[in-house]
Amino acid sequence: MNTVNRADNEAIDPYAEERLKRTYFYPRAAALNIRDAWFVWNGYKFADCYYDAEYEYFCVRNSCATYDICPMQKYIVSGADAETMLNRMVTRDISKLNLNRVTYLCWCTDAGRMVDDGTIFKLGADKFMLTCGSPSLAWLRKSAFGFENLSIVDMSDKIAALAFQGPTTCEVLKQMGLDGIDTLKPFNIMHFPFGDSGAGSDDKPLMVSRTGFTGDLGYELWIKPELALQLWDALYATGENYGIQPFGEVATNMARLEAGFIMPGMEFNEALKTIHFQHDHSPFELGLSWLLDFKKPHFNGRLALLKERDAGPEYTLVKLDIEGNKPAEESHLYSDKGCNHEIGYVTSAMWSPVVKANIALAMVKTKALKGDIWAEIYYGKELRHNSKQVKCTLKQQPFWAPARRRATPPPAY
Amino acid sequence: MGLDTTQRGRYWDNDTAMKTYDAIIIGAGHNGLTNAAYLAKAGLDVLVVEKNDYIGGASVSREMQEGWIYSSCSYVCSMMRQTIHRDLNLTRHGLVLVPYLGTVSYGDRGETLISYTSEEVNYNALRRHSPHDADAMFRLHTDLARYAQLIRKTLLRTPPDPTSFRPRDIKELLWLAKEFWALGEKELYEYIRFFTMSAADFLEDYFETDLIKAAMASAGIIGTALGVQSPGSAYILLHHVMGDVDGNIGAWGLARGGMGAISNSIAGALKELGGEVRTNAGVEQILVKNRKAVGVVLENGDELTAGIVVSNLDAKRTFTQCMDKNDLPEGIYEKAKNFKIRGSSGKVNIALSAMPKFTGVPDNRYVDRGGHNFVGSLETMERAYDCWKHGRWSDDPFIEAVIPSAWDPTVAPPGKHWMSNFVQYCPSKLADGPWTPEKRDQFGQTVIDKIERYSPGFKDLIVHMEIRTPHEIEAEIGLTEGNIFQGELTIDQLLFNRPFPGYAQYRMPIKNMYMCGSSTHPGGGVSSACGANAAREILMDLKRGNTVPEDDCYDE
Repeated sequence: MNTVNRADNEAIDPYAEERLKRTYFYPRAAALNIRDAWFVWNGYKFADCYYDAEYEYFCVRNSCATYDICPMQKYIVSGADAETMLNRMVTRDISKLNLNRVTYLCWCTDAGRMVDDGTIFKLGADKFMLTCGSPSLAWLRKSAFGFENLSIVDMSDKIAALAFQGPTTCEVLKQMGLDGIDTLKPFNIMHFPFGDSGAGSDDKPLMVSRTGFTGDLGYELWIKPELALQLWDALYATGENYGIQPFGEVATNMARLEAGFIMPGMEFNEALKTIHFQHDHSPFELGLSWLLDFKKPHFNGRLALLKERDAGPEYTLVKLDIEGNKPAEESHLYSDKGCNHEIGYVTSAMWSPVVKANIALAMVKTKALKGDIWAEIYYGKELRHNSKQVKCTLKQQPFWAPARRRATPPPAY
Repeated sequence: MGLDTTQRGRYWDNDTAMKTYDAIIIGAGHNGLTNAAYLAKAGLDVLVVEKNDYIGGASVSREMQEGWIYSSCSYVCSMMRQTIHRDLNLTRHGLVLVPYLGTVSYGDRGETLISYTSEEVNYNALRRHSPHDADAMFRLHTDLARYAQLIRKTLLRTPPDPTSFRPRDIKELLWLAKEFWALGEKELYEYIRFFTMSAADFLEDYFETDLIKAAMASAGIIGTALGVQSPGSAYILLHHVMGDVDGNIGAWGLARGGMGAISNSIAGALKELGGEVRTNAGVEQILVKNRKAVGVVLENGDELTAGIVVSNLDAKRTFTQCMDKNDLPEGIYEKAKNFKIRGSSGKVNIALSAMPKFTGVPDNRYVDRGGHNFVGSLETMERAYDCWKHGRWSDDPFIEAVIPSAWDPTVAPPGKHWMSNFVQYCPSKLADGPWTPEKRDQFGQTVIDKIERYSPGFKDLIVHMEIRTPHEIEAEIGLTEGNIFQGELTIDQLLFNRPFPGYAQYRMPIKNMYMCGSSTHPGGGVSSACGANAAREILMDLKRGNTVPEDDCYDE
């Protein structure tokens, strides 16, 4: 992509093409990745954890922490037809979306199966930014077929983005001089002056949205690549007194599960990458029916989804509170303790250190939800394999939902 | 027994036209609150009376200097029963327990031993002192985990009475015997040895480096009037490593907002269950009529009546200060008087204007988030104990320090810190006469002089100090002699011997009277286990359904 990526010996490195890309924050992130624990996301070298995954998770819940979201896909869709085109593609009615607002949504195939979920930022009257976990340019182009006044630009490699999550985040941003950040409501966007990029063309280069993937108070910071390291340094200088710490994939996965958020590859398969037609998922199955707006004009998958609405989904994603302390990873679910009648499977599970509960997300046959749910959990101890059958309780609310995540202004910590 | 079980909730005593509670619990420490919460959960009308104008007892957060919130007494937590946290939904009531990172131990000659979070890194750190000891550390942790496993299983169970022939006691004794027997003959002998030997002797079998021995032995003396060379200190060591945080055995956690967050969250659960807490309500005496407890007289003269009375005070205080000697059956007063509850520690809480720097510790942003143990050497720790024996505070004391503000943003202003210093030894009675404010301040000076040796410039950072000798701890919290465990954790006062042989099942020699504090099994530490165990026994007597959950073990 650019100079940040280039290894000194690139010219003679026969493996250059195979090496992972580096994000704009890589120099700082690598210095703090004391465990050399790397993972990969969309071709980028990406931290699994930096020091200790549980410590990082606790920083998200107790102080503040940053998560490098440069590898996330970002598309600017603009032009007179942008709103109509996106509205035709996604399930929510974005004609209702106000300027400087963000909304969470999903988009489906004609068969009403989920392609991906993501967020849309309304950045101007005819200008939107769509973000999502997996590359979606081809689907956007396909969805744009027939629309004339439209431009779709893949900005994935051209915007530096950092999630900043945790109870002290608002205070840190305030101390950094982001005047008015405490008035920013959930899913709103504000722009701030930042750095020495010079006045003129772009006097407010820092975009902040009150969004995130942790279910806690938090923000996402968006900036041009040239200012990325300056942003990191400013954040860490101020954040030092507020417990700042980078967090990686492991901690993210813990936090999002407590918040009840779904993860591709865990809760759902992206429809375009699923071989077996019944192995992908519909928004109804994933508990995302609230993202479907049948009152708005036609959108992709509408007819199939209407049909499914009337019939009800075969499976439903639910939150489970499970007896005991053994995480129900990859457990099968049954309607009886004897484990004779299988009714579903666990998609993600963990012991929640903050809630002190054994939690899971699970796909359960909708018809079986009224009855008992038992999990058969396998676990090992010093090379001995054990299993136990434990009762599960359905939870309606997220496992972790502190009031501060919605409070405006948020508390100082 | 006592209460008419057909009655639910509030009722009024016709004779006095005064409200009678189902249960009055004396002392709003974490065990008293836990006990009350489980009784309230069973539908009982409960009142907790507390002498101070704040709740929490020794599990308390107090703002002694504006902007700084001290955990004035207890300061870390690893024994809090996870099952109670979960069952009472303490997270919803504001409790977040965060495990803390490594600890630095300081030797007399300025050498440091840093214990890191990562096992591999820790191994490398130990190797720098001794490759032999680095290997042996694995064996020590394995052995301790095995010993702790057995004790841990007993925490949320009522000890059996070995002299009783009741089926329940026999069943529980058999269970205990089975668990012990499962260790195998060799381990059984080891185990018995373990209960009677000193921490220093125990560690001798593992390590050659004095600093490593001293660092590990320090857990064997905390809260106890024993030295590292005293028989019995090995068990105390185990008591300090048997806890866990989220299944990580031996890990320690800090409560966000200070230890008061634990008491406050239990009080929140209690209030939601309909229970009542009254502060500024010290108990003058437990009322006994016809050999039955019937209520309490408060210090202000108010008489409160109740179906049962539960004391969360220590055993000595309960029987020698809150009861009329004539109300007690023969022998109890003497047992209480002789209950071993010697004060041995002090606490110095310090507000700091910045994070102190310690000699020999890298500027590692994670290391200062743990503890600092000023152990010196086994010799230094033993000499510190000698001072105590002679009625003086140690001139070169053992200090276990933690800087909670390094990770908790709620307990000090940004960039500022507070340091909790647990200091041993400090006697409750001085050889040269009673404690005075001047002597208290001299004790504090001794502590900061020692820290200054390891952290030049430390004193310049001090904004405020709260110095607590056993005298202050007893006066404020009501712990006799300032003993943090409500009675020492030696084998003569453990399990079915706690607090006294024959009275280990939370029922006291007076009918309708119970105990629920750390003077009972399983002893000191912020565990909520004593309070919960007592509630289970009370509910059994009242023929109410049990509301106390079973323990949540990771050992299976």
